[in-house]
Amino acid sequence: MNSGVSSVRSRSVIICVALLTALLLATILLAFMPLRFDSREEVFEIPKGTWAQRRSGNSVSILPDQIYLALGVRDLLVLRNLDDVPQMFGPTLIMPGQSFKLPFELASEYDFACTAHASGQMRVVVDPEPTSGWQRLLWRIKNVFR
Amino acid sequence: MIRLIMTFLLCLTVAGNVAAENAAPENSAAESTALKSGVFDPPRMAPDFSLPSSRDNQFTLSEQRGKVLVLGFGFSNCPNVCPMTLANLAQTYKNLGALAEQVQVVYMTVDPERDTPAQLREYLAKFNGHFVGVTGAADELAAVRQAYGIIAKKEVHKTGGTYEVHHSSYIYLIDREGLLRALVPFGKGADDITHDIKILLHEKSHQAAL
Repeated sequence: MNSGVSSVRSRSVIICVALLTALLLATILLAFMPLRFDSREEVFEIPKGTWAQRRSGNSVSILPDQIYLALGVRDLLVLRNLDDVPQMFGPTLIMPGQSFKLPFELASEYDFACTAHASGQMRVVVDPEPTSGWQRLLWRIKNVFR
Repeated sequence: MIRLIMTFLLCLTVAGNVAAENAAPENSAAESTALKSGVFDPPRMAPDFSLPSSRDNQFTLSEQRGKVLVLGFGFSNCPNVCPMTLANLAQTYKNLGALAEQVQVVYMTVDPERDTPAQLREYLAKFNGHFVGVTGAADELAAVRQAYGIIAKKEVHKTGGTYEVHHSSYIYLIDREGLLRALVPFGKGADDITHDIKILLHEKSHQAAL
């Protein structure tokens, strides 16, 4: 009976040690593995018909209320207006079929007026560059929940 | 034990995210846009206007082809935004040296009641005598602002009857062909603006640059 309990305990200890080791390795890997993306652009499209839907009374929200960027990784915001009418995005007017690419160089929160949003507002959160180590690990974890 | 497994699963999820990061070269310089400002693609023709200027003549935008234009909107009584922007542009002119002759700063008022051509001339001369101010009838200026997506809202102070005008604080860059190429957000330094203007000056044409 005692040897059975002891066997279960030792198996639990082995599993715990294995999981802790895997956790440690994964943490190190996530903290130091380079960030690789095929582009620094974060692209959003205002679909055709957005204005027509809005006009007919539908409160359509096409873009997220908050857009997250990170310096050095994803720091180019690209807005494409595929709608039939000009759209006011943040500071500027984007004509139908036109794109507007805005690079960010300063980590901060930027609030913009935006006619593509039902609320008329959008926020761009620019994180500092997730350099190697703790910052990169935290950034990766944050991205899972965004 | 359950907490440990949950943490492990979280790590696996994060690792999944990492795997989704494409295996392309890390942050290659080629990815960054050539201009440091916000860029329009494809660029459209800058909406034309012809309005009275601080040079006591009519300023017509389309007659400026061959120069790079820096177009801003503001007013001479602006307490903080316009002085900063114009000081930045004055520094940009200095940075450009001889190239500044091929550049024209155009500052369109959002306050035609107070900004006469003479007032604009006096105000802009404090920054750079080469800058040109543009004013006109309120409805004409409003039409230009709409074409450029500029917002301006008059706010009368509760006491004293004075007012100020809240307005969009960015500037536009228009290339030698009259194309509206870029938007410089408020706060960009003179070095960045100089960088972008030099790129536009050195382009033979926008099409050729593509």
